[in-house]
Amino acid sequence: MRTGIIDSANLNGGQQLAVKYFSVAVVLFLAQMLFGLAAAIQFVRPDFLYNVLDFSVNRMVHINAMVVWMLYGFVGAVYWLLEEESGTRIVGLGLGNLAFWVLTAAVAVVVVVYLLVQTGPGNDLTRWFVNEGREYLEAPRWADLGIVAVLGVFFYNVAATFSKGRWSGIAGVLTLDLVALAGLYCAGMFYLTNITADQYWWWWVIHLWVEATWEVLVGCIMAWGLMHMLGVRRRIVETWLYIEVALMFGSGILGLGHHYFWIGTPDYWFSIGGFFSALEPIPLVAMVVHSVYDAGVHKFKNGNHPALAWIIAHTFGNFLGAGVWGFMHTLPQINLYTHGTQWTASHGHLAFFGAYATINIAFFYIAMQTWRGNIWLGGGLAGGGWKWKWALALLNLGVIGMTVALLIAGYEQSFIERAVEGSTWGGYFAAQQHPWFQQAMAWRLVFGVVTLAGVLLLVWDLLTIGVGEMRRAPQLAAEAG
Amino acid sequence: MSTTPPVWASESFWKKVAIWVTAGSFVILIILTFDTLSKTAVGGSRVQAYSVINKVIDYRFDYSQNRYRPVFGGDEPLFGRPLSEEEAAALVTQGKKTVQAKNCMNCHTLLGNGAYYAPDLTKAWLDPNWGSVEEREARMLAFLLDPEKNAVTFSSGRKMPKLGITDAEAHAIVAFLKWMSAIDTNGFPTNFKTIGRQED
Repeated sequence: MRTGIIDSANLNGGQQLAVKYFSVAVVLFLAQMLFGLAAAIQFVRPDFLYNVLDFSVNRMVHINAMVVWMLYGFVGAVYWLLEEESGTRIVGLGLGNLAFWVLTAAVAVVVVVYLLVQTGPGNDLTRWFVNEGREYLEAPRWADLGIVAVLGVFFYNVAATFSKGRWSGIAGVLTLDLVALAGLYCAGMFYLTNITADQYWWWWVIHLWVEATWEVLVGCIMAWGLMHMLGVRRRIVETWLYIEVALMFGSGILGLGHHYFWIGTPDYWFSIGGFFSALEPIPLVAMVVHSVYDAGVHKFKNGNHPALAWIIAHTFGNFLGAGVWGFMHTLPQINLYTHGTQWTASHGHLAFFGAYATINIAFFYIAMQTWRGNIWLGGGLAGGGWKWKWALALLNLGVIGMTVALLIAGYEQSFIERAVEGSTWGGYFAAQQHPWFQQAMAWRLVFGVVTLAGVLLLVWDLLTIGVGEMRRAPQLAAEAG
Repeated sequence: MSTTPPVWASESFWKKVAIWVTAGSFVILIILTFDTLSKTAVGGSRVQAYSVINKVIDYRFDYSQNRYRPVFGGDEPLFGRPLSEEEAAALVTQGKKTVQAKNCMNCHTLLGNGAYYAPDLTKAWLDPNWGSVEEREARMLAFLLDPEKNAVTFSSGRKMPKLGITDAEAHAIVAFLKWMSAIDTNGFPTNFKTIGRQED
């Protein structure tokens, strides 16, 4: 094993595939930042790129790049741990590689069409080949079919590899979760004129993915990460994973109801959605307890400080962003005023970053460590590890700053547009023109720049961390039991 | 001290709990889905038949329910021509497809979902900003065909770009917006001052 330089011979087959996914994920992460920044500038200066890249285009690329880079990160993380967890070589590696290139080519084509074609006439061809025009599910139908096919290959690789090797608790939960992940995506793949029914199914993808299957998926990845980095006992990690699955699906599946308050659905969703979504933060508290306790019990002893720091950032970010920020506006009594305001954007920014970006970044560091020959990434890094520490600080500061700025904007919008002005267009613009709103959006832009600086530093650090490092990381076998 | 954990802390207990809770929640969701889809079918009391675009639609406070509700009045055919159920369905369908093709949701919200760069379209048909009931259809069409020239930005500087909407598509979007304003959204948005109410 060669140390200090990037060498794919240090990786097993699944890991070689994983680093491809991670590389594209980082590129899309940068794209998410740039288009988000352009959209943020347009809130402050509406003439910016008007008629060239309008807000609708920037925002679409911003949110689609986010969804796709997170999926790339998750798929990569699962391929990363697959051979180690199953104890055998990956079954369909060639197929997995093919699926990777097909997916990446498809993503590139979709982005080019988004940027150059943008919109089409109001007919079926546009939905099949340009964009579907449904928030988050803009991918044209041909790309949808491709995504399901690629997820099918991914599922095959995971299930078949575990079947050939050994099944663990993590393997079982992961495999079942991937069935749900691919299956639920199909709920967003048909056209309905009845917008109430359309949005009913749309939320099956959006909510049941993000607030259920994705959460369970990162639970599996995190469980493996804790065993790998801290040597936490498998039985404890897997018991926690089952507790989290029970709480996550127990609250998240029917918590779907909090999106069914105002789209024309029956009003029993007020009580069901309100009750179960109020329970949704509980599993996220459990995750914080779990990670902090494990790290403490092992006296934070580990050979990869950046990864552990990002895993801790993940549990807090998940709890605060998804749990607390979500709960703040989830009950119908409040949601009647906050639904469809910047309040949602505030929640979205902290939740997606805290719950998903963080754990993917942790895995980027785990990957770099092994890729360079399982080198030491603990204390005493060159320069005191200033790059990863500043990247962590800038990214967290930037996202929390954007979240707070958008929350202030959301409060103001809920108050002036909704409560005082009764939601007319005049009320909408009264809120958008208010100095409190405009100042908040300026602050969001400032913190957006801070976030971008953090991402650039992160990329620089990922490319350079451990260059020439010869010390090896300690091998931590999971404790017996 | 025994090395086996108590039942409530054992892996197998939580595995079973996880399976039963997940399966149970999913079964309840499926049952509720059947019920919700039957109650929200087009032509029911919550989501009106497409031919509702031939009627006067308004949005008023219902004191018995303690929330706002769509209310329906006499005949008010769209663009002066009453449409059959099939014609109305075709027109609203074209409108919805155009709204998707032009990516409206990445600036506007519909039923409160979407982006927040431009106003909510849920009850757009009823917005007092169209001036008066008499001018409304003409102003909506003019706006959709040339949003830049007809923009009312309340000095925010935010303008809708020209999206190449054809005359037929503009008519269809207006039909879709009128039909959507008739959906019973459980009182959302609350305290909405409609164009009709202003003229009382």
